[in-house]
Amino acid sequence: MTTHQSELTIIGTGMAGMAAACFAADNHIRTAQIGVNSGMIYASGFLDLMGVHPVATGQTRENPWQAIAQLVEDVPDHPYARLRPSEIETAMTRFLHFMDEADRPYQFSPGRNTEVITPVGTTKLTYAVPRSMWAGAVALKEKRPCLITDFIGLKAFSARQITDMLLPRWPEIRMLRIPFPSGGASADLYPEQMARSLEVEKNRLQLADAIRPHLGNASAMGLPGILGIYKPRRVREHLEKLLGVDIFEITTIPPSVPGIRLKDALEALVTRKGVRLISQKRVLSAERQKNGNFILGIGDHGSKTIEQIIESRGVIMAGGRFLGMGLHAGRKEISEPLFNLPVFQPEDRALWHRTDFFDPNGHPINQAGLEIDDAFRPTDLAGKAVYDNLFAAGSILAHQDWMRQKCGAGLAIATAYGAVQAFRKMC
Amino acid sequence: MKQNLKTQVLIIGGGATGTGVARDLSLRGVKCILVEKKDINSGASGANHGLLHSGARYVSSDPDSAKECRDENRLLKQLAPDCVEETGGLFVAVEGDDETFIADFQGYCDQSGLFCRPMDIADAREAEPALSDKTIAVYEVDDASVDPFKLVLENITDAEKLGCKFLRHLKVVNFNKNGNNIQSVDLVRKTTGDTVNIEADMVVNATGAWAGQLAALAGAHIDVLYSKGTLLITHTRLTQRVINRLRTPADADILVPGGTVSIIGTTSLRMQSLDGISPTVTEVDRIVDEGTAMMPTLETIRYIRAYSGVRPLLGGGGKGDDRSVTRGFDLVDHAKEGIDNFVTITGGKLTTFRLMAEKTADLVCERIGVSAPCQTRRIPVISAHETRWAVPGFSPKNWFSGHDRDDLLLCECEMVPQSAIEEIVNYFDIFDKQADLKGIGKRSRIGKGSCQGNFCSLRIAAYLYDRNHLTSGQGASEIKSFLNERWKGQRCLLWDTPVVQVELQEAMHCAFFGLELT
Repeated sequence: MTTHQSELTIIGTGMAGMAAACFAADNHIRTAQIGVNSGMIYASGFLDLMGVHPVATGQTRENPWQAIAQLVEDVPDHPYARLRPSEIETAMTRFLHFMDEADRPYQFSPGRNTEVITPVGTTKLTYAVPRSMWAGAVALKEKRPCLITDFIGLKAFSARQITDMLLPRWPEIRMLRIPFPSGGASADLYPEQMARSLEVEKNRLQLADAIRPHLGNASAMGLPGILGIYKPRRVREHLEKLLGVDIFEITTIPPSVPGIRLKDALEALVTRKGVRLISQKRVLSAERQKNGNFILGIGDHGSKTIEQIIESRGVIMAGGRFLGMGLHAGRKEISEPLFNLPVFQPEDRALWHRTDFFDPNGHPINQAGLEIDDAFRPTDLAGKAVYDNLFAAGSILAHQDWMRQKCGAGLAIATAYGAVQAFRKMC
Repeated sequence: MKQNLKTQVLIIGGGATGTGVARDLSLRGVKCILVEKKDINSGASGANHGLLHSGARYVSSDPDSAKECRDENRLLKQLAPDCVEETGGLFVAVEGDDETFIADFQGYCDQSGLFCRPMDIADAREAEPALSDKTIAVYEVDDASVDPFKLVLENITDAEKLGCKFLRHLKVVNFNKNGNNIQSVDLVRKTTGDTVNIEADMVVNATGAWAGQLAALAGAHIDVLYSKGTLLITHTRLTQRVINRLRTPADADILVPGGTVSIIGTTSLRMQSLDGISPTVTEVDRIVDEGTAMMPTLETIRYIRAYSGVRPLLGGGGKGDDRSVTRGFDLVDHAKEGIDNFVTITGGKLTTFRLMAEKTADLVCERIGVSAPCQTRRIPVISAHETRWAVPGFSPKNWFSGHDRDDLLLCECEMVPQSAIEEIVNYFDIFDKQADLKGIGKRSRIGKGSCQGNFCSLRIAAYLYDRNHLTSGQGASEIKSFLNERWKGQRCLLWDTPVVQVELQEAMHCAFFGLELT
């Protein structure tokens, strides 16, 4: 078996892994990246930076930067506290630039969070919004006359639900339900197939014809996230031209088309940047050599057979939590399966989860994870880096609750940036 | 909005006993209304093993209960065949178990007239490979498994067809008395705050563990002890037969198969209050550790749900383990305390629910001057069309045998289509039309598959909006309350794969939808 050499190996292909790979490639670091597409297909497409702090009182924050400043003061162990605000900002700016490069542009209001519509009719605050959804945020903010359209046969997306939920604060929102122009033999519609079908011009013309008579005074129209999968911009702009209104997507429940687009775009981007992306594989074993380099055995998770070996000067662990398999929860304790690093965690399984799933305080298990030093290196119980060339980024890190704090993407991107910077300094 | 209703008998409590009384009275031609503060089987009737006792469990400690079980077991097998799976049962001792108890067991069974036959250990292990290689004695008995949800749904559906009204989400708040008589009962609808007043000639308290509280509200007194029991559902079915540990009742010594799963339990914990009865991690670990002695696979198998019920035990209390307190039932005529038209039925167990209902109905009928005899020993419970979606395995079979092109599967794990949801919603009583996810969950398999409601709650909520069964902001609270109900049963079993699923659920419902902030 041949051994491939790389300077930096990134474990994980979620948001943190992808961001790290982009940052590394831009710094001309010879990078390998391994992972299965675990979490990314479940992504909503929104890039959260910091939406809620403190979590216990459920305080939503319009200004993410003020929220981060407050958070860092209140929770000095939070991974954001390992970075200067200017570094977090640089990381975000550069990542958004990557998305422009990938032709999946985002929009945001500088210094402010934006309120966006979810498929259950709630709204949430996020930082950067895919261009395909931006008109929805504007329409919501300005309470413009708006039509939400859904399709017979598309499950878990009800325009009536969304409009019913929003009506009290948005009087001019209306709903429309129509058959999808090019439905197949089964009544079931799947967002990915719908998105592919709208890549075809004829189908867009039919769709516009079906909607046009119902537009009324609407100046904006929302559809489920199905507006194309390869060329979403062309699909949306064509429909806007046909109908003469601003058109926006509302992400469907996972796995959604915007999630798939994000995954595809980032995979293509890191590959284009020269990262050696080994997808659908996992790192099955890790050993450290005398010279400090890591020897990583790569293979299929199911068969557990090592198929190739990578020797790497440094490693960034960005494998996520339980879904991404960066951490494992057994009946007795939470462990880190690859390097067997110490995991910060509640003392007892009885303390992992609260009795109310939606408890405003969040579940203590979500604070569990790897503790790191200022150079993003996992530390031992004494607080000392376990290895000087092993780094960690993203949700595998302890002392954060990205799901409740609404900081998932920001945390992933900023800590990925921090870890890559730390690796550069080490070299 | 206030409603006034009038009936002969008001039954309070929608568990096995209350619905059993409703059917029994309805079969005798008595008009009745059954009210329930939540929904069917919300107490111990929905939180037990689903074991149709042969009686062998009680032969040493409580021979009277053993004989009651023996007779009711035989009756129910004939009268509710669709609710019972005649699995047979084993009593199994492993190394270290009390030899005297083992030696005496056959004799006890003989004394109570129960079928009991020793079985060769090698044969038993061949028949049930999950049994430990440390097994030292095995006896065959007549245990069976019974589906408590189907049983209760059948009872109440049958009663409703005979004219009984069943009203959910109504909580009793006041008894209006005139001298020694309860004239009427005030109730509040939990979902809307509306009040309902029901006039009745007789009032039956069939509220199980809550019987003491309800009696007190009426100015009567009963001693009820609360004994909490926790059980676990395994992901697959481990045995063909019911497996009992051959020892004096202790933790985790009964495993009951039901459809494609098995249920192992219980624990026994005396509680002072009925608030917040949910499983704990300690209880779960105790069941896993104890059960492993009898069936080693329990250590590594995947569990899908934990739940707890409260056994209402009759006053006085036993020494030591609550499981040694009699499992017989008590029919209390409160006339002795000066309330002439109020009776309480409590204690007992699922196996004897029919007998409890019969005795209660006998007393009620005597009091209101009805001479019609009990029919439930004679007329079988026929599977009603309305209850079919609650039956494990029905939905997939029905789907694959053909469906409308426009029908869609809203619960993909258990294959429940939107036509089923529509049908179930139409059975909800006319006074309480709101289609609640939990109510649909009681009458179908939604939320019971491996996603535990994560996805199906969203698909069904969207559908309910489309059909106008949900309006304005109800969806968010419906999804939350349904997921929290599932959560009660998940939270203590979160290791390995279930942790991953719960992480995805939180990522969707909190990170993405922000439901915790609504």
